Amino acid sequence: MTAVREPSKSQTPAPAEAKGRRPLGRPMLYTQYGQDMALLNTGAKKVAVGVLLVVALLMPFLLEDDLLRLLATGCVLAIGAIGLNLVTGYAGQVSLGHAFFIGIGAYTAAVVSGDPEDDRLYGLGITFLPVWLLAGGLAAALVGFVVAPLASRLRGLYLAIVTLGLVFLGTHIWNEWDAVTGGVGVGRPAADPVLFGVDLSRRTESFSADQQLYLLMFVLLCVFALLGRNIARSAMGRSFAAVRDRDIAAEVTGVDVRRVKRRAFVISGFYAGCAGALLFSITGYLDPSSFGLLLSVQFVAMVLIGGVSTISGSIMGAFFIALLPRLTRELPEYLPFLSSSATQTPNVFQVETLLYGLLIVAFLLLEPRGLFGLWIRIRNYWKAWPFSY
Amino acid sequence: MRDVLLTVVRGLGFGSVYALLAVSFVIIYKSSKVVSFAQPALMLAGAVLVSYLAGPVGFYLAVPLAAIAIAMLGWGLERTTIRPMIGRPVFVVAIITLGLDIAIRVVVNVFIGPDVRNVGDPWGLSTVDVLGLPVQERYIAMAVVLLVVGAGLFAFFRYSRYGLAMRASSLDQETALVQGVPVGSMTALAWAMAAGIAAVAGAFVGAGGGVDQSTWVIALKALPAIIIGGLDSIGGAVVGGLLVGLVESFFATYQGEYLPFLGQNFSLVSPYVLLLVVLLVRPYGLFGTREVERV
Repeated sequence: MTAVREPSKSQTPAPAEAKGRRPLGRPMLYTQYGQDMALLNTGAKKVAVGVLLVVALLMPFLLEDDLLRLLATGCVLAIGAIGLNLVTGYAGQVSLGHAFFIGIGAYTAAVVSGDPEDDRLYGLGITFLPVWLLAGGLAAALVGFVVAPLASRLRGLYLAIVTLGLVFLGTHIWNEWDAVTGGVGVGRPAADPVLFGVDLSRRTESFSADQQLYLLMFVLLCVFALLGRNIARSAMGRSFAAVRDRDIAAEVTGVDVRRVKRRAFVISGFYAGCAGALLFSITGYLDPSSFGLLLSVQFVAMVLIGGVSTISGSIMGAFFIALLPRLTRELPEYLPFLSSSATQTPNVFQVETLLYGLLIVAFLLLEPRGLFGLWIRIRNYWKAWPFSY
Repeated sequence: MRDVLLTVVRGLGFGSVYALLAVSFVIIYKSSKVVSFAQPALMLAGAVLVSYLAGPVGFYLAVPLAAIAIAMLGWGLERTTIRPMIGRPVFVVAIITLGLDIAIRVVVNVFIGPDVRNVGDPWGLSTVDVLGLPVQERYIAMAVVLLVVGAGLFAFFRYSRYGLAMRASSLDQETALVQGVPVGSMTALAWAMAAGIAAVAGAFVGAGGGVDQSTWVIALKALPAIIIGGLDSIGGAVVGGLLVGLVESFFATYQGEYLPFLGQNFSLVSPYVLLLVVLLVRPYGLFGTREVERV
């Protein structure tokens, strides 16, 4: 006969004075749930994020303008990729319709900021950046709200095909609604990034246009990434994951599946709308043909190459896709049979498209967790060093 | 009345091609529970191969040759990229096929070149009188091909050993494996068959007008067809394909007159509108099997 064991003292909750403090020299020891869930839950993360921020802020003074423009585009694509990752990666609702939401954001922002004097195109003449940014985001979020009931009726590949249909319908609308889009081949000027009276897309006394745009997009990316990370690590993110992993089980345990799916689409739509609004203010011009299936596939590629259901992975994937064209432009130097002109057959544009396809396949086959997974492998190698596991 | 009949004939003609494409999607779906987004590339590859072979050996021999070659390609794709993914989420496999589609199309586009390529079909746009109606010969050819392929598939699945094995492995892979069915080979066979059928469909998509670099979009019209018919029903795919063809044809004839506010070329996206309407009413399509869900 063994006596019933009394609950030992050590299992009672830690005293309140330990709150918030982590013991020094024990990096893996978490005494409270909150510490484990913290935004920067390890010392290494704090250092790395700090260094990255400093480097990113120094970029405008180190790099040429054309590279900065590319990085600014990367920041905006990252915002869109985070949005897609929230709905597809975290909440598991496969969406091939991201290009549609991007388009809604881009055109709403262009209309809000457009010239009211122009009798060919609609325009409200409000060029203040936060106004058209929010308008673009909210318009796309509204469409996400309208589309979400489809997701609660359909699942998996059915949903993927329906969202694919949305892209085709969207392309048709953009092609035909000349008063908003300017029509095929004509296009319209995109939203003007004006902040407190300064047009950021024109050079000022102290900064060039690309430096200003890069800084703007970088700050916005930080805001959206922080927001995304907070969504992912809060109750909402956990309900997303529950719905992704088994929606019926989630429903049984008290998650309102319909509401979660609706939220996921609304949030993703908002991110996509904002990204769309910003994306074309870098080039200053947008054409209806930009919002085809290829754009959706590019966003899916960013999420998959970067890492499914990770915010930092989305950012890595977005920069990878944004820099890929530039990298392939360098190829003809090393591979002389490649041509950099679009009219000859083995040319860099074909290589670029081929790479999109092959990289998606290769990453999914070999490293399903994407670039983020590669990082995890490297990190684990050094964590366990000198042992192999 | 004449207009209506001609619209119906055109709808059934193109509908037959969509039906063929839809059947190729369904065969893959039944074997590996994946919607293969690589079908557009395989279709285009088939059409281009026919356009190159039709000169030396003639159209009628070029189509089966191209179908066999593309079937080999489909088999190779299954062995190299789909087989390693068994047990992984279907969404991931679907995205792999999307990547394959992009990569294959780059190669195929090199062989198409910037212009329209004639597939070398003997019909062109010539017509024949059927009960006083000038019916384009290519529509008749499309319908005949659908009938031949459909009958062949029916016989294959109903009477042949391999057809039985494929049906068994799509019903329950593990049980089929236990009964001695080589499930892996059956999946590869399904991919080969689907690729071959897509290639045949490609040849007939090009009949009359030829193919160019944007023709691949036509294959995606089979997606509304399979969704309407239900992803796992070959008969449903045929009905869905014909329905999509009819809807598109009627919109092409009458929408400019009666619903002009929808804009030009609305017929091209009308299948997707049909898709949304059908799915909102019946989430598993008209003929699809309702999934039984367990936690």
